[in-house]
Formats: sequence, C-alpha cells, structure tokens
Amino acid sequence: MGLKIVVLAKQVPDTRNVGKDAMKADGTVNRAALAAIFNPEDLNALEQALRLKDKYEGSTVSILTMGPGRAAEIIRESLYRGADDGFLLTDRAFAGSDTLATSYALSCAIKNFSKVDVIICGRQAIDGDTAQVGPQVAEKIGWPQITYAEEILECTSQKIVVKRRLEKGIEIVEGKLPMLVTVNSSAPECRPRNAKLVMKFKHAKTISEKQAGDQDYIDLVDERPYLNINEWSVNEIQADANWLGLKGSPTKVKEIENVVFQAKESKRLSPDDFDIESLMRELIANHTIG
Amino acid sequence: MNNIFVYLEIEDGIVADVSLELLTKGRSLANQLKCKLEAIAIGSQLDGIGEQVFSFGVDVLTLADDKKLYPYTSLPHTAILVKLFKEEQPQIALMGATSIGRDLGPRVSSALFSGLTADCTSLEIGDHEDKKEGKVYKNLLYQIRPAFGGNIVATIVNPEQRPQMATVREGVMKKEIADKHYKGETKKLDVSKYVSSTDFVVNVIERHMEKSKLNIKASPIIISGGYGIGSRENFDLLFDFAHVIGAEVGASRAAVDAGFADHERQIGQTGVTVRPKLYIACGISGQIQHVAGMQESSMIIAINNDPNAPINAIADYVITGNVEEVIPKMIKYYKKNTK
Ligand SMILES: Cc1cc2nc3c(=O)[nH]c(=O)nc-3n(C[C@H](O)[C@H](O)[C@H](O)COP(=O)(O)OP(=O)(O)OC[C@H]3O[C@@H](n4cnc5c(N)ncnc54)[C@H](O)[C@@H]3O)c2cc1C
Repeated sequence: MGLKIVVLAKQVPDTRNVGKDAMKADGTVNRAALAAIFNPEDLNALEQALRLKDKYEGSTVSILTMGPGRAAEIIRESLYRGADDGFLLTDRAFAGSDTLATSYALSCAIKNFSKVDVIICGRQAIDGDTAQVGPQVAEKIGWPQITYAEEILECTSQKIVVKRRLEKGIEIVEGKLPMLVTVNSSAPECRPRNAKLVMKFKHAKTISEKQAGDQDYIDLVDERPYLNINEWSVNEIQADANWLGLKGSPTKVKEIENVVFQAKESKRLSPDDFDIESLMRELIANHTIG
Repeated sequence: MNNIFVYLEIEDGIVADVSLELLTKGRSLANQLKCKLEAIAIGSQLDGIGEQVFSFGVDVLTLADDKKLYPYTSLPHTAILVKLFKEEQPQIALMGATSIGRDLGPRVSSALFSGLTADCTSLEIGDHEDKKEGKVYKNLLYQIRPAFGGNIVATIVNPEQRPQMATVREGVMKKEIADKHYKGETKKLDVSKYVSSTDFVVNVIERHMEKSKLNIKASPIIISGGYGIGSRENFDLLFDFAHVIGAEVGASRAAVDAGFADHERQIGQTGVTVRPKLYIACGISGQIQHVAGMQESSMIIAINNDPNAPINAIADYVITGNVEEVIPKMIKYYKKNTK
C-alpha cells in the first residue's frame, strides 16, 4: 500500500540575493526586482517526499501551493523532479493573508484531497522566516506534527520515524499517521530535474495559463490530462472569506519604517601601518583590548 | 486575568536563558500595563523552577508537572497552554524563538486564532488607531521585527485577538534580576484535566542535546567575519586574532550559508544578538538583519574594502581596506606591544 503524500511549497522572492534596486524610493520592497524562486526548504521537503515515493511502491506525491498565477512554475519544477500532480491555490481573496489566514486556506485545500497520509513542508520560507505555517496547518486540520525534520527514517501505515535536527541537538521521534512534517535545510538537497520528466511535463499548465495560450495548447492538454495543473479558488476549497486575506489575519502591520541607522561620527582610517598602529595603541591604552 | 504569560523552556531542570530574558522584558511590560507577570512551566520534576524565576519578578508561577511532559512534545504542551489561556485570558504571551517555541507558538496561536509574530527584536506598549474602522486601541503590544530582505522594520499589532503572541530569539532581550527577594505564588495544575492520553501521539525515542560550549554572547570582544572573508581557511585568520586578544569569532549569515563558519556563530536577527565591549566587523556589508544583532556593541570597528559599505555608518572606526591586510598588522602590533 502506497502513501498519499502532499507537499506544501511556496514561491518566494529571492531575499538571499537582494540587489541594490530591491528597495523603491518610498522605502517599500520592489518585488519585481527580486527573482521568484522555489523556497529552499520546500525543496528539501519535496526530496523527502520523493524518497518515500521511491521506497514505498504505489505512493504518490502532490504539490500544493498558494500564490499568484506565476507560482505554477514551482509546480512544474516539482513535476520535473518526480511529483505526480500539482494544485495551485490562487484567488484575490487570499491577498494580504498573514500566516494564520494562509494556514486556514491551506487547511481547507487539504480537506479537498481524499485520504492523505503525510503532509510534508519546508520548516520556513526565506521571505518571512517565521516557521509558523506548518504547525498552524497541522492544528487546523487536527493532526500531530513533527517539525525540524532532517530525515524521515521510516513511514509505514503503522508508524513514522523521524530524525529531527534542533538548534542544540538531535532527536529521533516516532508517531503514527497521519502526520505533518516540516523539513530543515540540513536535510538532503533536492534531486535535479529529470530530463524525461521535463519532456513530459514542460507543457503542464493551469487553466489560466491554458486560456492565455493558443488553441493548439488547449487541444494538447485535452489529449494528455496529466498536463493539467489544478487551479483552485476560494469556491473550490469551501473557505469562509471572513477567515481569509486581511480580514482573516489577526496580525496587522501598523507601520513599516525604513531603517535609518543611528549614524555615528566614525573615524576613517586607512590600512596603512601608521593608522592601524595608532588605533591598536589607543585600544590597548584604554583597555578595550588586552 | 489579562496578565502577561511567559512560557518557560526547561532542559534538565534548568530554565533557558531565553525564558529569563523574556521574564525580564515581561516584568517591565507588566509594570507599564499594571498587570501581573506569570510564568508557566510544563515538564517533569519542576520543584526547583520557582527559585530560578521568582527573582525576575514573577507574580504567579504555574506548574504542570508530570513525567510524561518531559521531554517536550508538541501536542501535550499545546493542549495545556490552549486550555490555560482560555481560562486565564492573558493579554500577552511570550516564548523563545527556539526549536521549541517555534513548534509550540504557532499551534497555540492557530488553536486560539490569536496572532503570532516571530522573531521580534523589540517589544513595546502603545496605542493603535484603525482609521478605517474609526477605532482606537489602547496599550497594544507593538511587535517589532525587521522584515523582508532588509532595510525595513515592521511594527505588528493584534488589535482584536488575545493573547498577543510573540517569539523572541535568545540574547535579543537583556536578562536582569528584578529583585532577589521577590516572592510570587505557585499554582499546580491538575495535568489530567488539561491533557488527554490521545495527545501523546509522538514519542521521543532518542535524544542528544549538546550543551553548547560556545558562548559568543558572553564574550567582551567579538571578531566577526562576513562573506568578504572568502573562505573557511581565511576565517582562520580571524580565529588567530581572536586567540591572541582573547575574543570570540562571530559570522554573518552569508558567511554561514557559504560554509565559512558554523551556524552557532551567526549574529543577527536569525542568529544571536550580542552587546560586546568591542565588535570588529570584517568583510561584512552591514545589512539590517546583521546589524540588528550587534548595533548595541559599545564600540564597533568596520574593516571593509568598500568605502561605502552600510556597516560604516554605525562604526566608530572605519578601516577601508582588505581584511587579509589589516588583521595581520593588528596581530603583529598587539604581540609586539603586550606581554
Ligand atoms: C529573514 C532574514 C533573516 C536574516 N538574518 C540574518 C542574520 O541573523 N544575520 C546576518 O548576518 N544576516 C542575516 N540575513 C542576511 C542579510 O540580509 C545579509 O544577506 C547578510 O548579512 C550579508 O552578509 P555579509 O555582510 O557577510 O555579505 P555581503 O553583503 O556579501 O557583504 C560582504 C562584504 O565584504 C566586503 N569585502 C569583500 N571582500 C573583502 C575583503 N577582502 N576585505 C574587506 N572587505 C571585503 C564587501 O565590500 C561587502 O561589504 C537575513 C536575511 C533575511 C532575509
């Protein structure tokens, strides 16, 4: 008996490579200047899912992501690596959601799947670093959780055994299915794209993308249903709009401030012997060092 | 009712530093709000907890003591907090942004539908006006954290939902005894009323916790290296210098991500916060997330070959040059001029 695995993934702005033009003159973030990437720890999560699929015959891996239309890219990336199908949760009503409203939407979407055994997601997304969505989803669907996973050692219908890497050590824990697992970046990297799968899925598209395309595409997708990336809006997941978006978010951003450092009067020094030596003399004399 | 709660993280009967730091902050917030500071300890053999925490100004210490509650697992601790918070209606709940707090906090907030802000760097009390609704909220918790790729700091509020929850990393708040003789009351929970047997679905079968030997926070001098150091080997130069003058070596996240230094040395928003006497930033550009963790250093020296590196703005001494050129000169001078 295979496992039904759902991976939660997010497309994020690449905050690790923030260029000089990342900030607009008014101090807001210029999202357009940042490349959109597959959230790194979600790739670690995908790899854990694919390993389970390799190990337990008959298992399937579905990708679920919430985001704008272009987030379909990370679904395709997942298909290229071995995921079976993808679901894009996209609706204007989700805009402005904090982590709690996001996890509400995801939990509604998860209820749309028939019998899921394991949900695997990255521990956190690099644009917020909150690590909240995984546990918040688990609570909303009433599942237990294992966070900070480095490796899923075993996962059968009876039990799941996971090695966790914590800040100050490791733990091996055991639980029963169903289980939500969040995966650390210390877990193995995701496998690369598989050339055959790229060929198979390169035309995989959401309905919106298909509609934007030409008739040939639409015919092609009708012939090969696996090319369909499912697209769900609020209606498809039976979510209550009161719990979504800004309205459904208990946290409000009161203020965003540009950080202006308390600029100090700095002394400018050159790397020449004279400058370095007089600095060191001063530091030793006033007992800052030594 | 409507007090401030701090969740105590406990390892081998010892309350974690981060929890004591939160108690210190919680005490000052409680004074401002004229409410009580409460602490909740969940675990096993908790008799020694009181003497560790009352001096931080704890008015009420609640103990949930049962051998099944240690080591930490998600659901039992969540169940206790959720029920206790429903009963006690705290206005603020704080926990460490640690592997426990970040596992527990989101679950509790999800169950209570109360907002949670991760990794706050500052907590303040203030009012908030919702202009659209024409409502003014008094004495909210301002949850302040750097956000999104640098250069901005967001102030987050939870106008309607309680408790207002926040996590804070170790070292961000100061730890300070409020009063050595402070006496609070201790309450014991009847654990069986709070946790059901079905909550024990995950079992810890093996556990190795390392007591971190490294204590960057306590070091009066920190020599920190960034991406500009270029390699793990080049970091040795910083270790040499640190060894010579009796300092610790820190690192930026870019240096840690690149594998030049270990994660436990990372300084900044998602690492440790430090306040040494002297901080020497070597090849660090000075992005907000890094600066958040070191700006309170008494003296800052920046060594950077870019004369316009942002770090220079907060430095007392700016040395515009290459690290590999400057540090050996410093070592040489120090060795020659001290015994
Ligand atoms: C949510 C989030 C949390 C984060 N948390 C943290 C955190 O906790 N801590 C942290 O540090 N960062 C954190 N960051 C990352 C942060 O935004 C920066 O990317 C990071 O601090 C940059 O590190 P750096 O200064 O070492 O590297 P860079 O920005 O690449 O700077 C390298 C510097 O080295 C200089 N240089 C190069 N060669 C030499 C040389 N030979 N001699 C002298 N100078 C040289 C360059 O001029 C440059 O200024 C976080 C980011 C996000 C999005």
